[in-house]
Amino acid sequence: MEADWSSRWDHLQKIVERGGPFAHPDFEPSPEILGFLKDSCKILVIGAGGLGCELLKDLALMGFRDIHVIDMDTIDVSNLNRQFLFRACDVGKAKADVAAAFINARVPGCKVTPHYAKIQDFDDFFYRGFHIVVCGLDSIIARRWMNGMLIGLLTYEDGELDQSSLIPMVDGGTEGFKGNARVILPGITACVECTLGFYPPQINFPLCTIAHTPRLPEHCIEFVRILLWPKEEPFGAGVAIDGDDPKHIQWILEKSQERANEYNISGITYRLTQGVVKRIMPAVASTNAVIAAACATEVFKIATSCCLPLNNYMNFNDTNGVYTYTFEAERLEGCLACSNKPLSVTFSETDKLQDIITYLQENASLQMKAPGITTSMGGKNKTLYMQTVKSIEARTRENLKMSLKELGLENGQELYVADVTTPNTLTLQLQLATSMDNS
Amino acid sequence: MASQKKGTLDKNNKYDRQLRLWGDHGQSSLETARVCLINASATGTEILKNLILPGIGSFTILDGNKVQGEDVGNNFFLTADSIGKSRAQVATELLSELNEDVSGDFLEENVDDLLQKNPAFFTSFTTVIATQLSERTLLDLGKVLWTANIPLLVCRCYGFIGYLRVVIKEHTIIESHPDNFHEDLRLDYPFRGLKEYCDSLNLETMDKKEHSHTPWLVILYKYLQIWEEKHGGKMPKNYKEKVALKELIKEGIRKNENGVPEEEENFDEAIKSVNSSLNATGIPSDIKALFEDPSCLKLNSESKNFWVMVRALKEFTENDGNGFLPLRGSIPDMTADSERYIQLQTVYREQAELDSIAVAGHVHALLHNIGRKGTISDTEIKTFCRNSAFLTVLRTGSLEEEYGADTANTEELGRHVMMEEEEDASDEGDDTVLYILLRAADRFFTEYTRYPGFFNNSVEADIPKLKACLVKLTHDWGLSAGLKDDYIQEMCRYGASELHTVSAFMGGVTAQEVIKLVTGQFVPINNTFIYNGQRQTSTTIKL
Repeated sequence: MEADWSSRWDHLQKIVERGGPFAHPDFEPSPEILGFLKDSCKILVIGAGGLGCELLKDLALMGFRDIHVIDMDTIDVSNLNRQFLFRACDVGKAKADVAAAFINARVPGCKVTPHYAKIQDFDDFFYRGFHIVVCGLDSIIARRWMNGMLIGLLTYEDGELDQSSLIPMVDGGTEGFKGNARVILPGITACVECTLGFYPPQINFPLCTIAHTPRLPEHCIEFVRILLWPKEEPFGAGVAIDGDDPKHIQWILEKSQERANEYNISGITYRLTQGVVKRIMPAVASTNAVIAAACATEVFKIATSCCLPLNNYMNFNDTNGVYTYTFEAERLEGCLACSNKPLSVTFSETDKLQDIITYLQENASLQMKAPGITTSMGGKNKTLYMQTVKSIEARTRENLKMSLKELGLENGQELYVADVTTPNTLTLQLQLATSMDNS
Repeated sequence: MASQKKGTLDKNNKYDRQLRLWGDHGQSSLETARVCLINASATGTEILKNLILPGIGSFTILDGNKVQGEDVGNNFFLTADSIGKSRAQVATELLSELNEDVSGDFLEENVDDLLQKNPAFFTSFTTVIATQLSERTLLDLGKVLWTANIPLLVCRCYGFIGYLRVVIKEHTIIESHPDNFHEDLRLDYPFRGLKEYCDSLNLETMDKKEHSHTPWLVILYKYLQIWEEKHGGKMPKNYKEKVALKELIKEGIRKNENGVPEEEENFDEAIKSVNSSLNATGIPSDIKALFEDPSCLKLNSESKNFWVMVRALKEFTENDGNGFLPLRGSIPDMTADSERYIQLQTVYREQAELDSIAVAGHVHALLHNIGRKGTISDTEIKTFCRNSAFLTVLRTGSLEEEYGADTANTEELGRHVMMEEEEDASDEGDDTVLYILLRAADRFFTEYTRYPGFFNNSVEADIPKLKACLVKLTHDWGLSAGLKDDYIQEMCRYGASELHTVSAFMGGVTAQEVIKLVTGQFVPINNTFIYNGQRQTSTTIKL
């Protein structure tokens, strides 16, 4: 379909049909570049929320026409202050569907294909079909999973990376007036796992503070959420808290207020209660616009080579003036995700399986959530521990207390680890120190 | 009545994520803003989008142009079937769909004509945003708004370059929301309430639980007293003395029957706080400068609330405050039992309340003396006192000054031009060079009535012409600049193209600066922001 009108692409054509001293060395100005964007280039956008809506608009107006978008969420009233493709009448509908329909109607010739689904619902065959993936996510786990997927698609020949298997990932994130944009060339530049330290640790109040010595209104709300709700089951047995149900929030608000009164703590409000219960991050249209735009600019640069892509990370903050900081994030040597080397871990024979699990969760560059471990023994696969399937968890729980020696693990044994943070099974090489070596 | 209540509930929900940043009062200010956009360019509509979504009061688009094919190509708020229609009207209609609480209006008229005929049109807004204006029109507009003290934001996108200039005679900020700040604890000059409270507690006689749940503030207070007794009433002032104080506190940790120290988190916190909490209480130099500002010293019946309160603050510090600002009245969370933490919090709050009442006394006396109409509410004074260490006043120069050869900040520009010459700046160059290039492109436009490289057949030919413009421009500034030819060539490549993603980036940045100006919260740029989309870097320069 020829949807173009006279002068439609005038602005873009100047950039892609003229050479310049700052262009990528491979850049050859030509009308074919715009043709590639319009006819062949396939982009995947992850998330149709604050960043996703902006990304779809930005990419559509930069000449991209074959765009897929994945989002598992439906539209909420609180999205309307920034997710500009949605209206009040869309509340409750799938974000991906509404966003795609809006763009397709507004930008002639652009075809956005929506997927109201989770990223985990698609396999490597699906992901391999894209030239570039852009993420506008609020979940670190989903980002890590996507990162793992693209790294899993890399192929190596004699240890050399096959460039044609590489799919660049452009990633944006925002919170309030802060944001960041980055370009990841899997296997070449720092990946999400290389830089896990960039994400601030989630702050949890100690349980004893919540239970015995509340001082802040937040402590009172957490008391009701964590301890009182399961005890009183105010909306029936087994009913979990729904942060979007005003009745639930109202109940938590009242109980929190009671507890706060008891300790003379002031400051409990509906807004604070909902904020604590849902762990709400503040968000504005402007920051999302800035970060999505930076990401879309990078997608355009990578797709056209019209100039060099960001190398490789930009931070943004406009609380005090407007501040950006651009730097090259460094690869982590031996990164479990992207170094293409198995990770070697050292434990003692007397260490318990639980110690390995704890290590996988607490090591700053691993930070797994619920790792499951299998291994191969006497030519057979053996599940040492798996948390995600209830029956297997029950069957393998006893193993946690057993020592590595008791489990029959040997020096050099390979452990296969699965976790929600990655679609790939990771291989750990166990270096087993005997108790004597250890002492 | 019932429907009205539903309306407010909806707004609470709809705006929830931003109310957590600027509060209900910030939102109210936003909802009274009347914003004028000049020219519905891609950059212009992106800015408005990010203002309409959070709910400004109203917007008006002034644009005399008809929609062209290339406009629809880079602008989300124009459609192909609107080519040939009024750009102001089409953009207003499509933008209005974004938020039913915002009213939109447009005027299809030439800006220069309107400036001649009815300059009062421009001064009827709270903020004016200008895009795609020529240098001459911009200067005329700048004059009108400067006189009326109405903020003007000039935004433009040119190839991979973004530019934003904020022009405002004076903007005062009470709630600047700093990311990092020192707590106001007064351990070096404890006020009476704090002294009395700490003195009423005795670490020696406490049982184990009470001892390990005493707030670290109290512990630090106690050990500072011991320290001062031994050191002639002086606080620890250097690193070595602070280490010694930490050791002293460490001695205070209770030991079990075997002489092994117990785990007392509150003592650990006290030791950690020695470095961060013993800053000398005083008046920050920025605030002292405000005290000497003519607007503070020479109040009159026209003085703004802000300056009346600054003067009251000055009088407070010189009298009741004994040289200090009013107490902020908040303390950080710390390991403690609920009862004593709340007591300590109350001690700080009550003193802050007393200080605020004292400042209010000065405010009311001043209002009476200068014969100013209207009062200042206690809530406003309280907020002012709580933020008195973070007050900020922004005064940018006028556009007229920036464009005058004699008044331009050539020192600043010269510094950057020199840097560009000295270093091999191909990788680490300063983005200020992009500002100079934009000005050179404007001069080119004045001379040839087109931008360099605008037409495909003159890209090469325009390079030496642009270079000549640049030389003249820097010569006017009294600088001998030799910018790299690469930059000039790249500028001709851009040919005044407006890329949507650069517009979207600047649309976000500019909208947020408007929100800062309208809410009086957070600190705007002073005064020119340059975005380099090629390198994803930026710089702010004061011109």
